[in-house]
Amino acid sequence: MNNSENNKAVDVKVINLRKKFDNQEVLKGISFEVNPGEIFVIIGPSGSGKSVLLKHIIGLEKPDEGDILINGESILKSNVFEKYRIAMVFQSSALLNSLTVGENVGLYLSEHRLKSPEEIKRIVAEKLEIVGLKGTEDKMPSELSGGMKKRVAIARALVIEPQLILYDEPTSELDPLIAVTIAEEILNLRRRIGATSIVVTHDRDLAFAIADRIAMLYEGKIIFDGTPDKLRECENPIVKRFISVELNINNNNKVSERI
Amino acid sequence: MFQNIGEILIMFWSTLKDLPEVWNQRRKIFDQLYEIGNASLLMACILSAFIGGVVSLQTGPVLVERGLGGLLGGVVGISICKELAPVMMSVLIAGRVGSAMTAEIGSMQVYQEIDALKTMNISPIRFLVLPRLVAISIALPTLVLFSILVGWFGGAIVASYNHDIEVSMKTFFNSLKNVVELQDVAHGIIKTFVFAVVIGLIACHQGFTTIGGPRGIGRSVTKSVVNSIVIILILDYFLTRLLLYFEK
Repeated sequence: MNNSENNKAVDVKVINLRKKFDNQEVLKGISFEVNPGEIFVIIGPSGSGKSVLLKHIIGLEKPDEGDILINGESILKSNVFEKYRIAMVFQSSALLNSLTVGENVGLYLSEHRLKSPEEIKRIVAEKLEIVGLKGTEDKMPSELSGGMKKRVAIARALVIEPQLILYDEPTSELDPLIAVTIAEEILNLRRRIGATSIVVTHDRDLAFAIADRIAMLYEGKIIFDGTPDKLRECENPIVKRFISVELNINNNNKVSERI
Repeated sequence: MFQNIGEILIMFWSTLKDLPEVWNQRRKIFDQLYEIGNASLLMACILSAFIGGVVSLQTGPVLVERGLGGLLGGVVGISICKELAPVMMSVLIAGRVGSAMTAEIGSMQVYQEIDALKTMNISPIRFLVLPRLVAISIALPTLVLFSILVGWFGGAIVASYNHDIEVSMKTFFNSLKNVVELQDVAHGIIKTFVFAVVIGLIACHQGFTTIGGPRGIGRSVTKSVVNSIVIILILDYFLTRLLLYFEK
């Protein structure tokens, strides 16, 4: 990632991606494109293959069929991950529990020996301040709340100065107030560094608030790809149900759906 | 099984290729050395003293009865340095340190910390395996050296104070000096070094292949310890044959 050609946001093209686990097809020929600097949100119910798709884009899984191109270069054939700076914010935050917050955030720089220890300290403090966690460098991840961990994970991604940033369920397990803060952070990040963002979530509010474009994944297939306005007008019953279903508890304590 | 052996060999080769990075990983290596030494030194000393003592206790009366009490130091000395200290310490370390390595890497695997390293282009082999393998390869032979010395003293104390043996310390150590050569201690240390590499590789590999949650971690830890002990005992025979061949 250090030999990056430039600092421009990248485009991503997913072509006919297929993946099976134990004879169960999780991704069934997925194709979409994400433009440079765009916030592309992938929504869908739990178990629809969203996280698996994200893992393919970051190179943690290899597809059975299909390809993923970053700026036109296949991640399967070229050294794309060394050429472009790509970061991922995990659903579980995935902070290294044996390291302090400061060491976690500065890990990329220290392990690749890109900056001096003093400079790393300065950059870490700066990134933590951006996510509203100034002065938490010496804390251990176990001392942080879920929302704070997520923000540390974002700060860790920020240090990479990514051209492409992937978020896996950034607001899951968070209370609505922290979820709003995280949504603002995603938008601020795009404004500040102009990176292309791919966000996987089942949080409809988050999707409508931040997305330039939304795709809906259902049972391993993309059943919708378009702007948030078009999604609201979509007549596909599965899409319609997913974006408008609400829980209602009637007088007999029975739960019913309202669409 | 063959897939596991293949994966372990690939991991070993990748670690060897990362050896030039040792200096940059020195902080992690020191941390691991401290962990291993701190966790095991006292227990190693206690265990060795009693192993030395029991070998004296078992063989002493038999030798003394046949008028061979003067050979006791040599018998205890050679059995401790060539066999008992390397194998017993390796089994102890497989249980104490190998299990901790598997649990730590296993939980990192389960909680996506290793995935996070990969997304930052940080090699898990360089970051996790190299420091652990180097540290255990230094710490275990050092522990065995301590163990040999303490075991000899344990044997000597029992030999001189037990009424059925009553071989003086001086006679014990004279016999030990006449029988045990530096080559015999080296024999034990070479075996221990191989065992250390085996324990480190099995522990790390089991950690990386952990799936599921806490139960998966528990399963991996059990597998790591059991596999390490079985392979140590099997390898012990073949390594001894090999080293005896070179001694001739």
